[in-house]
Amino acid sequence: MVSYFRQLGQFLIELISVVGRAGSVWWQAIWRKPELKNAGLIVRQVYQLGVLSVVITVLCGFSIGAVLALQGYNQLVKYGSESALGLGVALVLVMEIGPVVAALLYAGRAGSAVTAEIGLMKATEQLSSMEMLGVDPLQRIVAPRLWAGFIVMPILALMFSIVGIWGASLIGVNWLGVHEGAFWSSMQEGVDFYSHVMKGIIKSIVFGIIVIWVAVFQGYDAQPTSEGIAAATTRTVVYSSVAVLVLDFFLTLVMFNF
Amino acid sequence: MQMRTIEIVVGAFMLAGLVSLALLAVQVSGFNVGREANTYTVYARFENVGGLAVRAKVSIAGVTIGNVAEISLDQATAQALVRMEIDSDVDQITLDSTAVILTEGLIGGKMIGITLGADEAFLVEGDEIDDTQSAIVLEELIGQFLLKQF
Repeated sequence: MVSYFRQLGQFLIELISVVGRAGSVWWQAIWRKPELKNAGLIVRQVYQLGVLSVVITVLCGFSIGAVLALQGYNQLVKYGSESALGLGVALVLVMEIGPVVAALLYAGRAGSAVTAEIGLMKATEQLSSMEMLGVDPLQRIVAPRLWAGFIVMPILALMFSIVGIWGASLIGVNWLGVHEGAFWSSMQEGVDFYSHVMKGIIKSIVFGIIVIWVAVFQGYDAQPTSEGIAAATTRTVVYSSVAVLVLDFFLTLVMFNF
Repeated sequence: MQMRTIEIVVGAFMLAGLVSLALLAVQVSGFNVGREANTYTVYARFENVGGLAVRAKVSIAGVTIGNVAEISLDQATAQALVRMEIDSDVDQITLDSTAVILTEGLIGGKMIGITLGADEAFLVEGDEIDDTQSAIVLEELIGQFLLKQF
């Protein structure tokens, strides 16, 4: 019984210290002095995290839009209201699936790469060599990745939604024969820019912050061994995916006033 | 890869993001800047708006000419006061027009249909349509039908 409490206490203290370390990485990398000479590094990271994720994001967006159109059409056509297909697909993509699935893909594609990269730098003592040379690795390595991560996520989520809606229109209108005018006009009438699109964008910004923060911190905090890096990469994908899904629920709860 | 190439590709990526945002705004959400400026306000009082929602259509002969901006309760008369925003192009709605709450399709949402009268004068900003007809509430209809039966 006593040992149980001891373990619980140990776990809690460890949890608090992880949060503390993650916060201090955050603080020292971002909220100290932003250095403009690092802009080139940010561009390179936007390329690594964003541009290289475009293909997978677009491909998944198209498939999800297409399958939503197929499934939605089969249900809606029973009630003769297949013209509402555009509205349904657009709302679901813009508010939920776009930000969430893009964030999950981003965690798997970009987050894991960042963790592995920083973890390996730590294991091969590149980070400590930088400190020896008087270069702050938090400024040089961590900060550009965090900034690039924030910028990239909303863009990927927007692309995901747009390609998904395009895929849905391709399947719904060109294949299943939903009336094209009804498809787009029901969408334009029901989707509001401020109360739907903006909330999706806010979600994707929050998800971007969470995913890249977890990725960078797990890399920075990894055990400097090959097993440590492997475990840290796994943790990045698991923690950020869970965090995205849980946060999505609470963000929806808060923003849509249920 | 060359830094120059990376910069160009990143620039294209950011532009693609902006284009996506613009597409979402215009094509998907029908976002229209300055549409609010080109409308005028008309009021109507209804006994019962029965499910009419803000942003619902206002139409003449089935053509959308505006939307419902606000629905509030006029406590003095216990009637629903509906504020409508009508496109400025449609400026020949007669003063004695009738506003009716209609249902779009069989199970669709509620909308307001305006039928023109024969008056010489037209509605302007802030006017009220006097002749109104409330929403058909199915429960009331069934109640009346039952009362007639027995």
